[in-house]
Amino acid sequence: MRYLPKSDSERREMLDVCGVGSAEELFSHLPEAVRLNRPLALAPGISEYEIVDYFRERAGRTAAGYASFLGAGVYAHYRPVLVDTVVSRGEFLTSYTPYQAEIAQGTLTAIFEFQTMLCQLTGMDVANAGMWDGSTALPEAAMMAARATGKGRVLAAKSVHPEYREVLRTYARHQGMAVDEFGYDSETGTVDLRDLESKIDGLTAAVIVQSPNFFGIVDQAREAAEMAHRHGALLILVFTEAVSLGLLEPVREADIVAGELQSFAISPSFGGPYAGVIATKDKFVRQMPGRLVGQSTDSRGQRAFCLTLATREQHIRREKATSNICTNQALVALMATVFMTVYGKQGLRELALQNLAKAHYLAGRLKPRFGGKFFNEFVARVGDPEACNRALLEKKIVGGLPLARFYPELADSVLLCATEMSRRADMDTVAEVLR
Amino acid sequence: MSGKKLERKANTHLSPNELLLFERSSPGKRAYQLPELDVPAVDAAEALGAANVRAEITGFPEVSEVEAIRHFTRLSTWNYAIDYGMYPLGSCTMKYNPRINEAVARLEGLAWAHPYQPESLSQGCLEVMERLEAALAEITGMDAITLQPSAGAQGELTGILLVRALLESQGNPRKKILIPDSAHGTNPATAAIAGYAVENIRSSETGVLDVSALQRIVNEDVAALMVTNPNTLGVFEENIIHAAAILHAKGAMLYMDGANMNALVGVARPGDFGVDVLHLNLHKTFSTPHGGGGPGSGPVAVKKHLEPFLPAPRLVRTGGRLHFDYCREKAIGRVRAFYGNFGVLVRALAYILAHGGPGLRNATLDAVMNAVYIRKKLEPYFDLPYPSPNMHEVVFSDERQAKLGVRTGDLAKRLIDYGFHPYTVSFPLIVHGALMIEPTETESKDELDLFIDAMIAIAKEVETDPQLVKTAPHSTRIGRVDEVAAARKPVLKWTPE
Amino acid sequence: MYPQNFRYTKEHEWVLVEGDTGTIGITDHAQEELGDIVYVDLPQVGARLETGKSLGSVESVKAVSDIYAPLSGEVLEINSLLADAPEKLNQDPHGSAWLVKIRLDAPAEALNLLSAADYQTYIGAEK
Repeated sequence: MRYLPKSDSERREMLDVCGVGSAEELFSHLPEAVRLNRPLALAPGISEYEIVDYFRERAGRTAAGYASFLGAGVYAHYRPVLVDTVVSRGEFLTSYTPYQAEIAQGTLTAIFEFQTMLCQLTGMDVANAGMWDGSTALPEAAMMAARATGKGRVLAAKSVHPEYREVLRTYARHQGMAVDEFGYDSETGTVDLRDLESKIDGLTAAVIVQSPNFFGIVDQAREAAEMAHRHGALLILVFTEAVSLGLLEPVREADIVAGELQSFAISPSFGGPYAGVIATKDKFVRQMPGRLVGQSTDSRGQRAFCLTLATREQHIRREKATSNICTNQALVALMATVFMTVYGKQGLRELALQNLAKAHYLAGRLKPRFGGKFFNEFVARVGDPEACNRALLEKKIVGGLPLARFYPELADSVLLCATEMSRRADMDTVAEVLR
Repeated sequence: MSGKKLERKANTHLSPNELLLFERSSPGKRAYQLPELDVPAVDAAEALGAANVRAEITGFPEVSEVEAIRHFTRLSTWNYAIDYGMYPLGSCTMKYNPRINEAVARLEGLAWAHPYQPESLSQGCLEVMERLEAALAEITGMDAITLQPSAGAQGELTGILLVRALLESQGNPRKKILIPDSAHGTNPATAAIAGYAVENIRSSETGVLDVSALQRIVNEDVAALMVTNPNTLGVFEENIIHAAAILHAKGAMLYMDGANMNALVGVARPGDFGVDVLHLNLHKTFSTPHGGGGPGSGPVAVKKHLEPFLPAPRLVRTGGRLHFDYCREKAIGRVRAFYGNFGVLVRALAYILAHGGPGLRNATLDAVMNAVYIRKKLEPYFDLPYPSPNMHEVVFSDERQAKLGVRTGDLAKRLIDYGFHPYTVSFPLIVHGALMIEPTETESKDELDLFIDAMIAIAKEVETDPQLVKTAPHSTRIGRVDEVAAARKPVLKWTPE
Repeated sequence: MYPQNFRYTKEHEWVLVEGDTGTIGITDHAQEELGDIVYVDLPQVGARLETGKSLGSVESVKAVSDIYAPLSGEVLEINSLLADAPEKLNQDPHGSAWLVKIRLDAPAEALNLLSAADYQTYIGAEK
């Protein structure tokens, strides 16, 4: 087998040193009752060519070649070629977690840059090295808020991504954390502040708002923050469309930001792997989960980076750890770092402006259901979403997300997203079919 | 056979210096170009409200494409990697990351698939998942698999939540989880997040589970025992079937941390020795790349009685079509959005297809052979606290060297000068000053011999020149980093002077 | 080395009783075992401490240790020196790097704790 770099004569030499006659004998100490006494019922190994063939056949039976207007937490943005060039380098791809700082400065430096850029984008004081994704960053942020305030209840807006709220509930259940929800305004699509006011109390650790929210609308996060703070609660701001940060003024009133960076050159890849992030104010840094890279000096006085504040983490605190997270999605976060580098200060803004233009063009040809201001996604009332999408499929277009599965009250509507990759001709077709 | 061998694995070499992006940045430099808009531009203040539009992203870098590629390339040269040589890290299973896996994961139809695209256009993706679930079920001897968890730690949490859900459905979730003192830190952290108290169970003098101690402490307050098998000493838990019986008799369950599956694939199956639920690490046993710290994937495998509680959605085949079933009343709830780290699943399946059944078993044989070979060669030089037969990894202690004032951490740093990444230092905690070594099957005899020679040379240096070892590494561009200063006054981002 | 007028616990805390005020710290043995201290987590002024319960923690790069209250009482003052200079705890654990001052519920209970001589015997035996 091509990945096993030993010849039979080498194996014989080694077995001699091991003091056995065959490799099988190395397992003779295993109790008979545990041994698998038959071969695994799996086909024999195949060649590289056959592997490509197998996956190419499956890849052929997906939406490749279709134009897509799906967003809803996963966005189609162009991936600069440099991203794969960098992450394909063996030194990045095949390296380990940077615990040995002397031989991992490449990874550590890149993470330090990542942390810096996320602070610049979100307006927070400190950002960690990444979380598994936005959906798991959210419960981690909620638990942070609970630790920081000593309170056990969170209030999440219904306009936060529905699957994110599901994940939050799964984690909260076992932390003894109560998760309640407050609604959105059916005219504007932004949070219903009166509903929030009626539900918030002195036991609330955090109010959770997403902006742009699941409907694509720039939400009233500052107003929600003000209300939260008045009641001694924190504001957790969630984002799923990182490109929006290129243009939208960050909500600096937030205490914790939990977001998803998939838009930054991370392939949609049928749901993962992605990279989340948590960013926060300085005073909460010791409550942050996940890895952190810090700057220091080495024994010769040179600038050097290392993992730091590890005492928050599982391998030291064990049952008192702030989280049980181990991996930090380093390679995926590196993709985001390269993306941010390629676009840079001006490019991210220009990219966001293009997204804004495309989505507003499409929205202009349909009619957004909500009056609120939106970035690159909006909800359109189409009557029969499934029928519309079937008609679009015939034209090799994947339409927006029918909202019935998450919002029964919006069963006649779809969530449409247009990005810099959306073509005018396709948007015109969508407009025709959906009208 | 040429007969020529490397005398030393590594030599000195000029390595480039490089600034941070922010230090290279200068206004107006650019590495991108967007196409002209084919729709009218929109005024941001009008569309979003002036208060919502940011003036600029203060401090964000601006560099050219050439500077960008040089920046990251230079940074990459500062890293060690599997592509350079062995990582002897215990329980990490740092095996070769096959490049064919990278190629297939990037096929457009897979890489660009949106999780919400219509099921009719997702059959290819769903088939990949179905095939992987079946392969993992066969490898582990379990009945059902969820591919949803993002990483090993999340797989652990999912597994314990499944245990809790089953017990709750029987009327009593119970109070505590038993964890051996040799366990990885994620185990107790997971138990705590799942709302259980942790009770530590001490290992016997031979380093394995003490079944009589287990017998004494298992009662109706115990939900489960979390074990790693082979354990973190690399030793097979010979009493595992008995342990499972003790637990099952009291209605408790056996959870297995699959971190050490590389010793078992094709040889023994957890489902056959009494495990109720386990998680796997695709980024260990199944070769998906560590990438400097992630992404991973932590599928969970269960026996039938836990299947109803697996998180929704479940992949179901009806006739010729696959679809996701969300109607799962007893499901524990999502542990993440969407379906799992699909890109990692593709790589793991490619690995399994490349090896096939017999190949996977041969890999296990080589993995154990490599570790036992290292043990035999290093036993004369390093103290072996637990003499039981080891499998895919071996744990020494620094006792001999400690007498001369040199600890495992120092030895590890000196190993860097010989061109290797250190082994796992000071873990498991039940060994004082542990050296935990796992070579994996993808190391050649040459690489193993270079590692062994390096370790022996270092053992000798401890006797003749201990200071050399204590102040190592000497040949890296960065010396030991002041971690104390980093923790006292954390500087976690760049700021302009 | 170990001040005679302090009382000690087996968890390596010391307390100096002056009237009904107790000054609490960790011992030299403790700071030595912990290594370079990077952070000290202390309770708020006004918090209640219970004998034997955790009042906070001390962190080195690789380990965290809980600090347990030797006696019960209410926190009157915390040592602000340690926020900026946790290394003081390594340098002067019995002096300027005290942790908290409390109003003791029952000063007499200090007699239940170890004397300097007993503590020294205890740590000698531990080795």
